[in-house]
Amino acid sequence: MSASEQAAPMDRKFFTTGAWILTVLMLTGLGFGLYRMLFGLGAATNLSNQYPMGLWIGVDVATGVALAAGGFTSSALVYVFQREHFRALVRPALLTAVLGYTFVAIGLLFDLGRWYNVWHPMLPSMWQGNSVLFEVGMCVMCYLTVLYLEFIPIVCERFVGRVHLPCKLSLLNKPIDMLFRFLNLVLGKVMFIFILAGITLSCLHQSSLGTMMLIAPYKIHPLYASSLSPVFFLASAVAVGLAMIVFESILSSRGFDRKPEMHMLTPLARILPFLLGLYIALKLGDMFHRGTQVFLFDGTAPAVMFWIEFGALTIVPFLMLLSDDIRKSPRGLLLAATMYIAGVLLNRCTVFFIAYKPLYSEKQYLPAVSEFALTVGLVCTIALAYRLIVTYFPVLPRHDI
Amino acid sequence: MQGSRREFLKQVGVIAGLAICSKASPARAERGPTGVSIAGEDQYGVLVDTTRCVGCRRCENACNEINPDLPRRDSAFFKDQTVFEHRRRMDDSAYTVVNRFCNSREPSKPVFVKFQCMHCRNAACVSACIVGALTRDRNGAVRYDPWKCIGCRYCMVACPFQVPGYEYGNAFTPQVRKCHFCHQVRLSKGVPPACVQACPMEVMTFGKRSALLDMARDRLHAHPDRYVPHVYGEDEVGGTAWLYLASISFQSLDFPKLGYQPAPGYTEPIQHAVFKWFLPPIGVFAALGGIWWYLSTRGKLSQEESDT
Repeated sequence: MSASEQAAPMDRKFFTTGAWILTVLMLTGLGFGLYRMLFGLGAATNLSNQYPMGLWIGVDVATGVALAAGGFTSSALVYVFQREHFRALVRPALLTAVLGYTFVAIGLLFDLGRWYNVWHPMLPSMWQGNSVLFEVGMCVMCYLTVLYLEFIPIVCERFVGRVHLPCKLSLLNKPIDMLFRFLNLVLGKVMFIFILAGITLSCLHQSSLGTMMLIAPYKIHPLYASSLSPVFFLASAVAVGLAMIVFESILSSRGFDRKPEMHMLTPLARILPFLLGLYIALKLGDMFHRGTQVFLFDGTAPAVMFWIEFGALTIVPFLMLLSDDIRKSPRGLLLAATMYIAGVLLNRCTVFFIAYKPLYSEKQYLPAVSEFALTVGLVCTIALAYRLIVTYFPVLPRHDI
Repeated sequence: MQGSRREFLKQVGVIAGLAICSKASPARAERGPTGVSIAGEDQYGVLVDTTRCVGCRRCENACNEINPDLPRRDSAFFKDQTVFEHRRRMDDSAYTVVNRFCNSREPSKPVFVKFQCMHCRNAACVSACIVGALTRDRNGAVRYDPWKCIGCRYCMVACPFQVPGYEYGNAFTPQVRKCHFCHQVRLSKGVPPACVQACPMEVMTFGKRSALLDMARDRLHAHPDRYVPHVYGEDEVGGTAWLYLASISFQSLDFPKLGYQPAPGYTEPIQHAVFKWFLPPIGVFAALGGIWWYLSTRGKLSQEESDT
């Protein structure tokens, strides 16, 4: 019954044209990242005293965390709610989460002015229980650890009985093999604790990211200044987690010339309208309850963004996914999932730096070229790492089944 | 609003009293029911009477002199009056700035306003800081410890007055920069900040905050024609250590219009509710585990039934 019977390494050629393009973009991004590290935030970004948080926080961190939510939603579905049907989706989603959160941490290092102090929140003498950011930081750190623990069995499975170190190191073959077997055995027994902890930690920090900007209620456009913001963040993260599973499954099927896994994706997409519907109902209810609908037509950037990210990229994919034909068509499903993912991306950017209207700002913050380049570079690195790992580790479903 | 605020202050008083009686550590005594710092009424403050300011910028000069980490500038720099042509804000080169505003009541006499960190009683930056690099001292000063700081700049997002500046030009050891109330060299010894002492017009009065509030009300009462009837900072975002009097509306002098609720008033109740005794997280964990256990035993039972 375990996923090991179904998953297998891809064993394909790694460097295709697409992979080369990703490599070039990755290296460009890393070049700009190096520039930031050597010359500072002032040289590399358009951040200012008025706009201290920008693209790197909105996309690399906030959106990264949301899009990696597939890891916890899939394990909740398959383990907690026992939807065995989706088991083959757990490993790809787990890998996405591992990579997503790893690169949230790496992306954050580029944004932090004193990145070498990033470990400070772990010191009890610096714990700050009033800070939303402290909770987000601690939960993300713990969750990243849990994700690595959840991934260890995949590594064990790859290497158990296959440890062949060269020459003198071959003496270590046996101990390492034993270690992998031992880890696999122990983790197998206690994994349920980590799976439950992972879901709990995810609920906590996904919602707290939504609380973050409420520290400055005076500076946020009324459409986005709701105290229900943490609920919106959690609800949209759960939904976008599933959308990401769909998106990645269809894209990696294309990338590896396989048939899309519609037998799993169509039933999965049937859950999405419920989640999206709940999110939309909450958001609209909150808007009318607070009477903020009067700001819908005020012509400001946040109001326009609301129409785009909520109207066009949340309600429209919701309506699309109500149709059975679209859920059964790979192209329709991919389009709806992509639209909603873009919607969440824009939502996070709006909350973190577009709906944020600082006092005394002379000009609106627009990300610099190097900010875009590093963000694109990190996304490409994730895509390459994903391709590399599924090529050599048993993550994607075995094709001949 | 007023009633609930009074209630809140009463609760704060009771809790602070209990904490002091039980000889809790000073840091403990500064925490209110929502965890926000609520240093007592004995804290220091400064009353700024903007009707007296003539825009000589000596306070800026004094601030620069006493802070060796600011870029060195001679006194000629601060005699330049052309700076008033543009609005200036504090940044990593100045902890305080004076701005000039048109006076709608007497156009011939412009209004000058000195601005710096307000040293909020329930400071949003202190609540926001992930590592406690920003702290509020019992004497009223909101201070910054660069050695703790990780450089996330969340304090700058949080500040309702948009005060903290960042050393964006510093690649390796950037700091958050803002007025520290001359805490280390002066305030901790009961000496007024450098800017207050440098002022030739006695614009600023240094003292205990409660006494300053009385003084401000007296002035409003004695010269109702001279001032708008409001002490800015008395109640804004739960009260600030620096208080302002003005002859024209505070909004026209670039002061933000803020409510009376402390700035961390939204985030802290949410955070503390989510982590009340750690029960909600444990509850989620247990509920999920329960569902898992229930569904898997039910699954096994139905399988056994179908087997037999």
